[in-house]
Amino acid sequence: MSKSIQPITRRTWIKQAAAAAAGVALGDGMVLRAFAADKLVIGVIYVGPRDDYGYNQAQAQAAAMIKKMPGVTVLEQEKVAETIDVQKVMGSMVEQDGATLIFPTSFGYFDPHMLIMAAKYPKVRFAHCGGLWTAGKHPANTGSYFGYIDECQYLNGVVAGFTSKSKKLGFIAAKPIPQVLRNINAFTMGARSVDPKITTQLIITGDWSLPVKEAEATNSLIDQGVDVITCHVDSPKVIVEGAERRGIFVCGYHANQSALAPKGYLTGAEWNWITPYTTHVKDAMSGAPFKNFLRGGLKEGYVKMSPYGKAVSDAAKKKADGIQAAMMKGDYVIFKGPLKDNAGKVVIAAGTSLKQTDPVLEQMNYLVEGVMGKI
Amino acid sequence: MTDLGWWGVPIAVLGGALRVSTPFLFVSLGECITEKSGRINLGLEGILVMGAMTGYAASYTTGSPWTGVIAAGFAGLLLGTLHGLICSLPRVNDIAVGIGLMLFGTGFAFFLGKPYVQPKAPTLPAIAFGDWSSVPQIQAALKVNPLFLIGIALAFLLAWAFRNTRWGLVVRMVGDSSDAARAMGYRVNTVRTLCTAAGGFLAGIGGSFLSLYYPGSWSEGLSSGQGLMAVALVIFARWQPVNCFYAALLFGGAGSLGPALQSVGVTSGYYLFNAAPYVLTLGIMIATCSTRRSLAGAPGELSIVK
Amino acid sequence: MALARTGLGPAAEALAIPVGALLAGVVLFGLFVAVLGQSPLEVYGLIYKGAFASSFSWQNTLSRAAPLILTALCVALPAQAGLMVIGAEGALALGGLAAAVTGHGLDGAAPLAVKSAMLAAGLLAGGAWVAIAAALRQYRGVNETISSLLLTYVAIALFNHLVEGPLRDPASLNKPSTHPIGAANAIGSLPGLDVHWGLGFGVIFCVAMYVLVFHTTWGFGLRIVGGNARAARLAGLPVARLVVLACFLGGGAAGLAGATEVAAVHGNANASLIAGYGYTGILVAFIARQNPLAIIPVAVLLGGISASGGMLQRRLDMPDATVLVLQGMVFMLILASETLYGRFRIFRPREAEVATPAGKPA
Repeated sequence: MSKSIQPITRRTWIKQAAAAAAGVALGDGMVLRAFAADKLVIGVIYVGPRDDYGYNQAQAQAAAMIKKMPGVTVLEQEKVAETIDVQKVMGSMVEQDGATLIFPTSFGYFDPHMLIMAAKYPKVRFAHCGGLWTAGKHPANTGSYFGYIDECQYLNGVVAGFTSKSKKLGFIAAKPIPQVLRNINAFTMGARSVDPKITTQLIITGDWSLPVKEAEATNSLIDQGVDVITCHVDSPKVIVEGAERRGIFVCGYHANQSALAPKGYLTGAEWNWITPYTTHVKDAMSGAPFKNFLRGGLKEGYVKMSPYGKAVSDAAKKKADGIQAAMMKGDYVIFKGPLKDNAGKVVIAAGTSLKQTDPVLEQMNYLVEGVMGKI
Repeated sequence: MTDLGWWGVPIAVLGGALRVSTPFLFVSLGECITEKSGRINLGLEGILVMGAMTGYAASYTTGSPWTGVIAAGFAGLLLGTLHGLICSLPRVNDIAVGIGLMLFGTGFAFFLGKPYVQPKAPTLPAIAFGDWSSVPQIQAALKVNPLFLIGIALAFLLAWAFRNTRWGLVVRMVGDSSDAARAMGYRVNTVRTLCTAAGGFLAGIGGSFLSLYYPGSWSEGLSSGQGLMAVALVIFARWQPVNCFYAALLFGGAGSLGPALQSVGVTSGYYLFNAAPYVLTLGIMIATCSTRRSLAGAPGELSIVK
Repeated sequence: MALARTGLGPAAEALAIPVGALLAGVVLFGLFVAVLGQSPLEVYGLIYKGAFASSFSWQNTLSRAAPLILTALCVALPAQAGLMVIGAEGALALGGLAAAVTGHGLDGAAPLAVKSAMLAAGLLAGGAWVAIAAALRQYRGVNETISSLLLTYVAIALFNHLVEGPLRDPASLNKPSTHPIGAANAIGSLPGLDVHWGLGFGVIFCVAMYVLVFHTTWGFGLRIVGGNARAARLAGLPVARLVVLACFLGGGAAGLAGATEVAAVHGNANASLIAGYGYTGILVAFIARQNPLAIIPVAVLLGGISASGGMLQRRLDMPDATVLVLQGMVFMLILASETLYGRFRIFRPREAEVATPAGKPA
């Protein structure tokens, strides 16, 4: 019985495949390109849903603003996995949609996926978020943009330091990678600049989006006496709502979550991706050379702070505004020596000042004194 | 807030057991009914997610979280009926249909749920059982949702019903020997479809707990396999509703062990702690099964034991 | 003379019913889409464009189909032995990890040897993992569907723990991964195509398994076990060994998928390896009715649907869950269509001609 089935299936498939290949829609590429012939076609790729109240939403907000620019078509695709998927999506955007500027927004798209595609399509610009673009190592049509959001986490910490009564802060992180550690450290240092006795309790959930784990972590921290929480996960929604429900304070991250926590939201560290997006789009439209390495903090407009919430005291506002002004002038150094990690070792020698652009910071692998936790 | 130190861990585990166990409880009770009648429904994951989405959407639209719960149950009822009807056709494999339903239910829920990720829906209230204590952590741990209490009552009710009512006997008979049931004049497929529908109703309610109480919002990563775990739970509980309750508590507690330990300073190996419930189930299944009396108490008609 | 009743035969039936169900699923999806206010024809057109219309789409489709072919075997081979195993994802993860560790460890030796070692390591790791579920079933009576599911979760937890901990490459800061296997050891693309060799391995493995299961004595024994284990035991077949070996081969296929993903796509093992290929493989196996050869076209079909999802998102602004709904509908209908086998007269096998004595009316 089964012996006779398969040859027909296989033969039929081969016939079908041959027919399809032979009947390739010739005008396919031409028709598609015609639909966007006179406009700059931009592709934006998200690793998660656009409306996650977090990382992807911050990117989508910038994309939405770009859409309004004249002469621009923006095509977005969400929930693209960091595998061969994203290579094919990028290829599809270039070949089938005629895109010439692509924003792969998730860190994991950089190596090897984007690099392979960039080598394949040298005329297309690839602007990656967060990757460590290095001249000479990576192709000239790739680049990365990122913001020093740790400046905002520092300010979060300052406000948290003023507001906390128990002197115990909490930080829920997804993975202990340098970008996250930098935030944890900046938050703690900001709080300890207000009161050196403040400690930050760290919980690592293990992955970028685990709502139940994040809720458990929030409750766990609160049970331990924490009264201000912040986080670095893809979608802070659960953590912010959990904190509000239990009546403690929360500092936001990625995007503005104040709507979710009207009483407890102090302030938040937000991305302002429209700045690098606009730079890249304008350059693409005018034909200017592609800017490979874009970094900036509060001063350059790559990040911003959410408006203060109700619970923030005037003293806190004054101190935080003062520091923010110094940061806007480029005068403020967060990571300077002597700095010890939470095991007592000196990680930044006395007298050393690390500016935000210093590449050493992008390889951070320690937790500063005052953080309760291990990586 | 008083600093409890290491005492924080068992309290957090207790709190987690009370909180996180509720979806497990409802889904496993529903699957218990389904499997007692001789069907296995692996699509509960899809029904759970669909219930979460429907509950949240209904609560947002009507402003009442309890309406959301009922709507979620209704959505689960529909999907359960779909499963039951398809499996009633001869030669259809119920395990495969379950996997298909899991895919379909999840996809459908994500699709329809897009507009509900941003808005904030009213959530279910909690009953504070811990107010006798002045310790805030105990108060928080003992904040219990009414659904949890309903679930406990349901577990005992089902156990009693399976033993003492005519309906319970019919279900068990259909599950143990469809020939005997047919001989008695009962339509086997109808009974099974009704049981699967009831199972879907409970699973939908379990899902609504996730979106309307804990974690209390709708998003696409809400479920991490709870529906599938509940199927394991039922086998682990030997198809006894009251055992399902204990097993659900165990799972809920095991799930909050990781974060609880981290908050007192035990930080390494958090992935392994997160795997605790699964290892636990596997261990207990290995310890209690044997080729001779494997799955004692299993309904005879269940496809996985035949 | 009575006319013989001619029929198209079971081969046509096995093709027509699934294809019919597929078409019904597509039509149902069209209705769903119409209810949402989109034009079904436009949607169909975009799905075709995204999946099969150009050389680029074909290669997109085939790239996505490659891992599915192997993970589907992880379900189909145990199914031939009567077991329902859904642990492909875990086997894939551990297979990939084993390959990454092997590749890095042997880096420097002749590339061909390293590549072979990586693939072998992946196969062994994946095979061993699923064989655990089979052994648990044979020797402890633990249901293999549940145990393979639990083992998948455990495997993923183990994978994450090792990749971010003991096996982590210190240079992989922002994306924890194992040490790279080295460019010399990467597996390349099929000649002339932009699709990696995983597709080739998958097709070869499927054909080999088809021959093994349907054209050898061993395979015949396996299918007897799958049909009725008790009868097989009475007939003296070594049931335990057959079952465990079938599961080992299935798990090995999934492990090979993981190894290929590491060697041809990522270059190391990291969290992106766990992308749901195992679960989609379950779908492929069922639609292909557990037949290794049929897995190939079905995987291509599902790869195509997945490839077209992007077009639907970008052109029609439809959520990415749209293709999940399409897959779910098709799957449910194909499963439901199982019941139609043997019902249609047109497919009934030929009956012999009835010769009546001359002179009498038929």
